[in-house]
Amino acid sequence: MRTRQTSRTPPTSRTRRAARAGQYTALLGYLLLLAFPLLWLLSTALKSPRELAALHPAWIPRDPTLANVRQAFAEQPLAHAALNSLLVAFCTAAVAVLIATPMAYVMARHRTRTARAATGWVVVSQAFPFVLVIIPLFLVLKKLRLIDSLTGLVLVYVVWALPFALWMLVGHVRAVPVELEEAASVDGAGRLRTLVSVTAPLLGPGIAATALFAFVTAWNEFFFALVLLKSPGKQTLPVVLTHFIGAEGVADLGPLAAAAFLATLPSVAVFALLQRRITGGLLAGAVKS
Amino acid sequence: MADARTPPAAARGPAVRRAADHGSWFLVLPALIPILLLSVGPLLYGILLAFTDAQSGRTAATRWIGALNFRDLLHDTLFWESFRIGLVWAAGVTVPQFLLALGLALLLNQDLRLRGLARALAIVPWAMPEVVVGIMWRLVYNPDAGVLNETLRDLGLGAGRDWLSGLATALPAVILVGVWAGLPQTTVALLAGLQNVPRELHEAAAVDGAGAWRRFTTVTWPALRPVALAITALNLIWNLNSFALVYVLTSGGPGGKTRLPMLFAYEEAFRYGQFGYAAAMGCVLVAVVSVLLAVFLAGRLRGGDRA
Repeated sequence: MRTRQTSRTPPTSRTRRAARAGQYTALLGYLLLLAFPLLWLLSTALKSPRELAALHPAWIPRDPTLANVRQAFAEQPLAHAALNSLLVAFCTAAVAVLIATPMAYVMARHRTRTARAATGWVVVSQAFPFVLVIIPLFLVLKKLRLIDSLTGLVLVYVVWALPFALWMLVGHVRAVPVELEEAASVDGAGRLRTLVSVTAPLLGPGIAATALFAFVTAWNEFFFALVLLKSPGKQTLPVVLTHFIGAEGVADLGPLAAAAFLATLPSVAVFALLQRRITGGLLAGAVKS
Repeated sequence: MADARTPPAAARGPAVRRAADHGSWFLVLPALIPILLLSVGPLLYGILLAFTDAQSGRTAATRWIGALNFRDLLHDTLFWESFRIGLVWAAGVTVPQFLLALGLALLLNQDLRLRGLARALAIVPWAMPEVVVGIMWRLVYNPDAGVLNETLRDLGLGAGRDWLSGLATALPAVILVGVWAGLPQTTVALLAGLQNVPRELHEAAAVDGAGAWRRFTTVTWPALRPVALAITALNLIWNLNSFALVYVLTSGGPGGKTRLPMLFAYEEAFRYGQFGYAAAMGCVLVAVVSVLLAVFLAGRLRGGDRA
């Protein structure tokens, strides 16, 4: 075997160089594919109305302007919508983490029937067809007078963010050595006590990551917000963004691009923070666990 | 674990023992109650609604009408058309996306320069709100000011075209956006799967003279298969349920050519107020999703056996 390999070395190095070139071409193509639309969004956001109306749109705006940002804020209640989104996302993250942590703890530590059922539900709800859920939710929330209310939306988002939050947290709980908890229980601490004073502090980074994920989920969500929020003063950012697109699909491109770009900043910032955890295989981890 | 805990707890009296025994119930409740009330409950209620004539804003009481909604649905050509479009969309997004992602994951698993940049940049489409992805691609596709038409013009490939409102081009144009939007996520998931492929096996196969393709089919793919299967099933399910992207891009137009089942059900429920009928549509979707979910779970179980 070894002799065969040595004899093949010269052609291999040449094919390897060709393969390398191919690999870099593919990688460059991928980067272009990723960056192209993003750069266009940014470029459109910075163009002056006159340049937007030009027959041949330029890649790079000749004299970049923030006029679109100002106009976007003037056309739609963007600041208010952003505040709504922020509030909803923050509350969703806080409540989701607060109620998911104890449950994740039980799911990770005890193979009881409840824990197993919960795990099963977590898997199934990943695939939840929300069209079937939204109609009854709408009716129930209407009865509770929680339609057109941010509280109602937060309730829906919390439950919607729970499966993923549980999944992330269960993994983090399993990473905490059981021995620490056993020591606490020998000292007479109950389960809640053990969780609060021994396990939870060690879960800090996991809880933070989960909260950030829930935040982004709520910040980006559109469908439930579209159905549940009616009055313009209550709507969240994604819903208000669609108002820039008129009935005939005609849009004021500059302000639309500017507003859309601004709306991505928080979630992109959060994802950048979480990058290591995400590339560490958040999804694949979920798939395998 | 419970054994290690019980003796000292018992020694400290009944109150403490109760806390230890029923502690897990108490900890599960804060999450379990909302789940039951806002997730499991509505799902069951939704299935019940499918057998009623529930409508919004009607004063008469809602009546039980049996399978009538489903019978109507059977003859509703518009629904089956949207169902067909949904399947074309889900497969049209999932399959090319998977193949591209697999190639990219293999690529990013190599020791290449710019790899870090590619991974960092991949976060952006993933993190973007779907509404913004839709808006962004509307700008790209824009017949007058869009970059796609401008590039095609520069290449001498015809004048500006309104891709999103052409009867023949709308669905492919929307599918392309779907592929773009989910590509990073699928790539990262497969990349994580690749990192579990034992390097030694690869090297052993290489020493035995196996070429790249041979190594892929005998070493990489068998290890990656469970993850790949699960990801594909999940992507199919997510795409069947997708709404925001196409709502922003075309609202289902032109002429219903991109009207996905979710868009159809949304209109039926919240534009025309046909709650019962829309719920029946939801049930049909659930049935299809359940089949996919079974595939997903089978993939998970097989993955568990291997691990």
